[in-house]
Order: sequence, then C-alpha cells, then structure tokens
Amino acid sequence: MIQVRGLHKSFGSQHVLTGIDLDIEEGTTCVILGGSGSGKTVLMKHMIGLLKPDRGEVLVDGEDIVPMGPEELERVRRKFGMVFQAAALFDSMSVYENVAFPLREHRRISEAESREIVRQKLEIVGLRNVEEKFPADLSGGMRKRVGLARAIVLEPKIVLYDEPTTGLDPITTDYVDEMILDAKRKLRVTSVVISHDVASAFKVADKIAFLSQGRIVQQGPPSELRRSEHPAVKLFLQTWFGKM
Amino acid sequence: MNTSEFHSAGGDSSGHAGRPRTPGALVQALEVLGRSVLGALETLGGVATLGWQVARWAVRRPYRVQNLFAQLDFVGVGSTFIVGLTGLFSGMVFAHQSSRAFEMFDAESLVGPTVALVLTRELAPVFSALMVTMRAGSAMCTELGTMRVTEQVDALETMAVNPIQYLLVPRVIAGLVMVPLLTMVFNAAGITGAYAVAVLGKGVSAGTFISRTQQWVDPEDLFESLIKGAVFGLAVSLIACFKGYYASGGAKGVGQATTEAMVASALAIVVLDYLVGVLLH
Repeated sequence: MIQVRGLHKSFGSQHVLTGIDLDIEEGTTCVILGGSGSGKTVLMKHMIGLLKPDRGEVLVDGEDIVPMGPEELERVRRKFGMVFQAAALFDSMSVYENVAFPLREHRRISEAESREIVRQKLEIVGLRNVEEKFPADLSGGMRKRVGLARAIVLEPKIVLYDEPTTGLDPITTDYVDEMILDAKRKLRVTSVVISHDVASAFKVADKIAFLSQGRIVQQGPPSELRRSEHPAVKLFLQTWFGKM
Repeated sequence: MNTSEFHSAGGDSSGHAGRPRTPGALVQALEVLGRSVLGALETLGGVATLGWQVARWAVRRPYRVQNLFAQLDFVGVGSTFIVGLTGLFSGMVFAHQSSRAFEMFDAESLVGPTVALVLTRELAPVFSALMVTMRAGSAMCTELGTMRVTEQVDALETMAVNPIQYLLVPRVIAGLVMVPLLTMVFNAAGITGAYAVAVLGKGVSAGTFISRTQQWVDPEDLFESLIKGAVFGLAVSLIACFKGYYASGGAKGVGQATTEAMVASALAIVVLDYLVGVLLH
C-alpha cells in the first residue's frame, strides 16, 4: 500500500531522514515509534506529499508521489485522511462544517445527506450533539475525535495519525486507541500512526517501525520489537516496560 | 605581577595571532545593507512567484465564489466607512490649508480643483491602500499565519484542496477589485469635505467650486486613481498573503510576519506610486 525507499531529507545542515526504507501493507496498522525530534512527523508528511524528499521514493498503491505536481497529488491525497497532532480543525467553522468540509469539496450530495453522514461519523468517534459547537468550545480529546471524523468522512483507504495521544489523560488516551482500532475494524483502513507513546503503540500496532537518528533501526510485529537487542530500541522500551 | 599586568601580558603574547579580527564599522554597515537588500530581493521574488501561482489557480475550477464574496465584503464593504472618513477629513484639511495660501492671491476659487487633483492623482489611491493595508491586510496576514502554524493549511492540502486557490485567490482578487472602488469612495468623500470647508467655511461660491473642479479635473485623473488603486490593492494583498502564508515560529512568528507585511506594504505603496505615476505620464 505504502512503500518508502531510500528516503533522505535535510533542512539546511540538519539531516532529519538518512535513508528510510519501510513497507506498510494494506489493512494493517503501522506505528512509527521514536523519540521527540527523531523525524517521525517529517516522514509522515512525505507519505502524503506535504514535503518533497532530497532523494528517495514514496510509493502509494505502486505510484511514486515524489515527482508529482499539485494536480496529481490532489488525486492521490483523496486516498488519505489525516489526523493532526493538534487536530488542525478550521477554527472559523463549526464541528459540522469541519467534518462536512471534505464532503462539500469532493462529493455532490444534498445538505440532508451531508448532515446524516457527518452524524454517523461523529457517532463512530463517540460524539453526539456537538455539530453546532466550535473547536474552541471542545476539549483536546474531543478535538482529536472531530479530527478523526473529518479524516474518515470520505472513507479513505489510508488514515495517518500524527501523535494521536500526545497531551491526553490516560482515559482519553485509551479512548483514542480504541478509536484507532475501531476505525480499522469498521472501515478496514490502512493506518499509519506516529507516536512516542509505547503503551499505545503496542496496543494498536500490527507492525512497529522504530525511528532513530533518521533511520528505521528495527521494524516488525510488536512481539518482535519487544525482544529487540538494538540499544536505542531497548533503551526506549525500557522507559515503559522497565516500570512494569 | 598585579592583575592588570597579567591581562596585559596575556594580550600581548596571544592577542594578535589568535583573536579573530573584528571587521571595521564600514564593513559592518555594508554587511547590514547587503543583507537588507538581499532580504528585500528575496521577498520580491517570493511575492512575484506567489502572484504567478495565484494567477494560475484563479482561472482553474472550482471557482470559490462564496469565499470571494466573503473577501469582497471584508476588504471592500468593511473598509468603506474608515476609507470614507479618512477621505472626508483629508479633503477638509487640504481645503483648509490650501485656502489659507490661495487667500494671499485672491485665488480661493482654485481650492476645489487643487484638492480634487491632488486627491484623484495621489492621496486617494495611496491613503485608501494604506487604510486597507492596516485594516484588512493585517487581518489577512494574521489569519493565514495562524492557519499555517496550527497546520490548518496542511490540513487543507491533505484533504486535496489547494490552499492557494482556496485561501489566497479570493483575498488577492478582493484587494485588486475593492481598493480601486474604495479609492473612488475616498475621492467622493474628500471632494465633499473640501466643498464643505471651501463653500460653507471660506465663502467660495458653490458654482465656482463645482465649475472650476469640472474644468480642471479630467477623466484621465480618475483613471489614474483607479489604476493606482488596482496596483496598490494587488501589491498589498499579495504581500499580506505571502507573509502570512509562509509564516513560521508560532505566535511570535505570526506577529513578526504581520509587522513585516505592514512595513513592506507601506513601502510598496510609495515606491509603486512613483513608478505608476512616471509610467502614466
């Protein structure tokens, strides 16, 4: 579904990605785990064409999106939904307008149909009667859920989650994890989750790729990663498993 | 050896060879000047490139009519009162000052045409553009900058919506269309203000004021107003959009971008005023 090959990216003299190779299979959840500043978000932005690499390939359904212009990228991006770290809801729009935004842009449907679809998607993420509220009136967790509802409203094949549990309390974190699992179960989407939350990663992932110093140093099922002898992976996982 | 001797000895032994030479004041001044010029050229190039992208996306479907009307309303209708008020008082003060000078030659009848010519050729487009810059340009820059740093612009892109077409095209068209119209509002208000001061305050006859103004002011002067208004409107909206769209660095970055946009817009207005004036005459 998504294949990343030899991806390099620098910002000035700072080498953020130094040769990433990663395969994400259809219908699976891949968590890209790593510390702050390890280049996780930069990698994710390459997957949807928000950033162009210095060299390397990003294949989505077999198409290399790196050389694509804005028009072609728009076509590929319709396969994606993205949940941003801080939700990135349009603050001048109500919850309903935010979730309905992709529908209005890409589907010709009546207002009544749009209302019904938005209601359904909000229900999937556990929200009711919030359509007329504005993002400023919502809690952080609710905003993330509205962000997910907006990301899945067109029923994309791939959903990208940028740090979905950062800054949330344990109960809301658990709810967001369930939301990611639900989206996979109910909508059969391929999910890519960027996180530094070890507990969440082991809960939702079919595969974990560990990013360190611009490279994926280990990738595989969670059980395999748990047994990793790589010093960076061991050190990172000890911060969580060491406490148990 | 006391402390001063120690420092002196250390400086003598290693100072000339090891310490990097600090450039002279002239070199430093040239460096600052060079950096400023390069920065200005970079901004100019960026604005021109963005202008080309806006033009390209403006002619492509889907046309964002609702967004365009919202911006026409914000930039144009929302600025009418402040531009009209500025025009009224500009006309009044200019009539008051010029009538004091003309009184010395018994030529008060020239107050009307003098004010009208200065307004249509210079003051109306420059002041209207400055008012729009302060009121609408700053808001455009801040709004776009906030959207950029809170990833709302990225969100648009991930939803396969081109942010230049969705956000910038309506704003730039609104600047291009509404500033010339506001210039006409400024002209009308300014001449009305001048009429009030000259006819009601200074005793110039209404007939003389109107006929002399009609005699001196040509349609070309109003045309100059419109052309300058359009050029300034395009420039200030593009600069505000450029600075906001590429803002970075959180709230501080947005604030800095807005400051830069205001300064660059004001400078662009005065420079373009001269260039357009020379080109038209």
